[in-house]
Amino acid sequence: MNEFLFCTNHTFFARQAVPLHDFPVFRSLLLREVPNHEVAAFFAVPEQDEFFLYAALLNPEKHGLDVCSTKVGKSYPALTPELPALSWFERELFEQYRIEPIGHPRLKPLRFQSALNGTDNQRPEAGAAQYFTMQGTSVHEVAVGPVHAGVIELGHFRFQCMGEDVYSLEIELGYQHRGIEKMLEHGPDKKSAFLAETAAGDSSIAASLCYHRILEAAQDIRIPARAQALRQAALELERIANHIGDSGALSGDVAFLPTASYCGRIRGDFLNITAELSGNRFGRNYIATGGVRYDVSDDTAGKLLAKVNAGEKELMNALDLMFDEPSVLDRFENTGTVSEETARQIGMTGMAARASGLKRDLRISLGSPEFPEHLRQCASGRTGDVLARAAIRRDELEDSLAIVKKILSALPEGKCSENHADSVVLPADSMIFSLEEAWRGMLVHAAVTDSNGKFLRYKIIDPSFHNWGGLEMALRDQQISDFPICNKSFNLSYCGHDL
Amino acid sequence: MFKILRARLFQGYRTGKFPYAKPNLPAHFHGYPILDAAKLTQETIENCPVDAIKLSGGSATLDLGRCIFCGKCAEHSDAVLFTNEYRMGTMSRDGLIVNGIPSKADSAKAEGIRRLCGRSLKIRQVSAGGCAACELDFNVLHTLAWDMGRFGIQAVASPRHADALLVTGPVTKNMLTALKKTYDAMPKPCFVIVSGACAISGGLYRDQAETMNGVESVLPVDCYVPGCPPHPAVLLDALLRFIGSQAVAPKE
Repeated sequence: MNEFLFCTNHTFFARQAVPLHDFPVFRSLLLREVPNHEVAAFFAVPEQDEFFLYAALLNPEKHGLDVCSTKVGKSYPALTPELPALSWFERELFEQYRIEPIGHPRLKPLRFQSALNGTDNQRPEAGAAQYFTMQGTSVHEVAVGPVHAGVIELGHFRFQCMGEDVYSLEIELGYQHRGIEKMLEHGPDKKSAFLAETAAGDSSIAASLCYHRILEAAQDIRIPARAQALRQAALELERIANHIGDSGALSGDVAFLPTASYCGRIRGDFLNITAELSGNRFGRNYIATGGVRYDVSDDTAGKLLAKVNAGEKELMNALDLMFDEPSVLDRFENTGTVSEETARQIGMTGMAARASGLKRDLRISLGSPEFPEHLRQCASGRTGDVLARAAIRRDELEDSLAIVKKILSALPEGKCSENHADSVVLPADSMIFSLEEAWRGMLVHAAVTDSNGKFLRYKIIDPSFHNWGGLEMALRDQQISDFPICNKSFNLSYCGHDL
Repeated sequence: MFKILRARLFQGYRTGKFPYAKPNLPAHFHGYPILDAAKLTQETIENCPVDAIKLSGGSATLDLGRCIFCGKCAEHSDAVLFTNEYRMGTMSRDGLIVNGIPSKADSAKAEGIRRLCGRSLKIRQVSAGGCAACELDFNVLHTLAWDMGRFGIQAVASPRHADALLVTGPVTKNMLTALKKTYDAMPKPCFVIVSGACAISGGLYRDQAETMNGVESVLPVDCYVPGCPPHPAVLLDALLRFIGSQAVAPKE
């Protein structure tokens, strides 16, 4: 038996084809591979009283994923003590199916939800968990949230401080939990695409791409070149708008207002470009099975290109101000550092991982970029601090702007959508992984179908799921007053995590 | 210093003309829909992902409080036509029920609010679930492009400083307590504004075990802003009419 099944992105394969190992073998495989490979997914599929555990690791050499599985009962020996990257995954198993990873050092709820298989409807009270605490006369605890002072999402933060210094930060989420994975079971139906799309509103394009690529794989649809280009443009525009917003917000958090003001407005200009393509500033409902919903005329493409060019000039002017300002750089530098080693250990992904020096970008590792010449290896020589996460945004903005400009200036001819059947029948008893490099990093949608070709399980893993632990690590030994810029430098999604 | 000033000149004055002129809406913008009951088919009604369309006894209604403006209903039939009318916010839940008659941008509670708040409105925003897009497009109103502060509208950090609570999201079970506590902390009388399909009706997450069906099931609501998410112009227009601002929407 092979150790792993190799599969490419967006390809259905039979569940039976996945090697099923005894747990000790499964464990030894993960112990060997996880330290050097990104974990794309680690989740359970129930079968009667037992559970299949599936692990999918990125295989950047072959541009795909390695998948293996095992079967466990109500408990199994935890992997987290050796593999911290699996910590949140194992907490999720415990919460979603009450499978206990015995020996997990911080086994507590992630989202405070009811069990997915309905055997246990005891809802834990939101936020009521065992927190790490410290004792001593010079120690104090700061608890923040779920409602924060700004217009932001919900989360609870516990700081253990000695004076101004943070010894430990613990993050509890789940306040945004809507039960999306549960609602997606037995689909696809008329709601599914919208549920998948709204897992995290600021990553709508990436999420709907993941979802529709699954339906397209089921029907073996080839996407027209024009649709492919427009999708890529929309995905990069999403990255651009968010990176601009964060750059401005970082500037605002250290009270350097010019860049904050300009970026706030310029972000809106780029959202409006997405709106010109799709009708919605977040690109809602733009991606359709088979392509994109609206075509653009040459005239419109030209106008949008002019807007991108103008926006780029204003953006670079605004960013130059911030990166030339010694007081800003002083606040960014050596603040909230996550070392490359830590980032690897806890399994960080995307932009934040690259800022710590890890070369992790699905656009490269899955061999999917249409424009590889525009993607620099952003990771080299990064320092992992707030400055690195600010600077990498600027570099990625340049890359993404180049891609969008190239697409808009030479859109392939042809139609913007391929015909497809209205009701989709998915391959029965199969699995598929659909990944995109969203602006925060690796976004994974994994679907498992039942014998009727319906979703038995639809697993969404937002990049934030991997990176919240990074924010916890970034705060260690920092001043508590540095929390806002550390938080903003990651700008993780609460709703994408909470689902 | 000189660099900052030079940049200031380069960036220029960029506050949008709205609400003194019509907002720049995208070509495919989905605004207030027009409904033709005669052309409505059962298929169109059933295809609506949020079951917003109803047909009974020959008269059809579309509930903007549920609508996510996806345009599915307008795609394969001409029973529904989405116009670019952005003045969709209402002061009553009934006002969101579209029955074919063009919208009337109401400001029913303006008098009382003007007396209480003197045309300014301090807002405490609370996310109660959802996908965060509604929050993002409320935040945008603070940028210099929209400059909501001009009209005396401002988000504040503490509920104790707030005249109104602006809630987004369907109200997850996990947020129920925190939302109620925030409301309780506000000095009364105060107002509740709900933004987005989730907050009005539960939206996509309606009738689910982990969520409530919108804010109304928990708190009294004074102003409803439909959308998924509402375009900033839709939201700002609704807020301006809510406080009875002089700067209300342009003449036709």
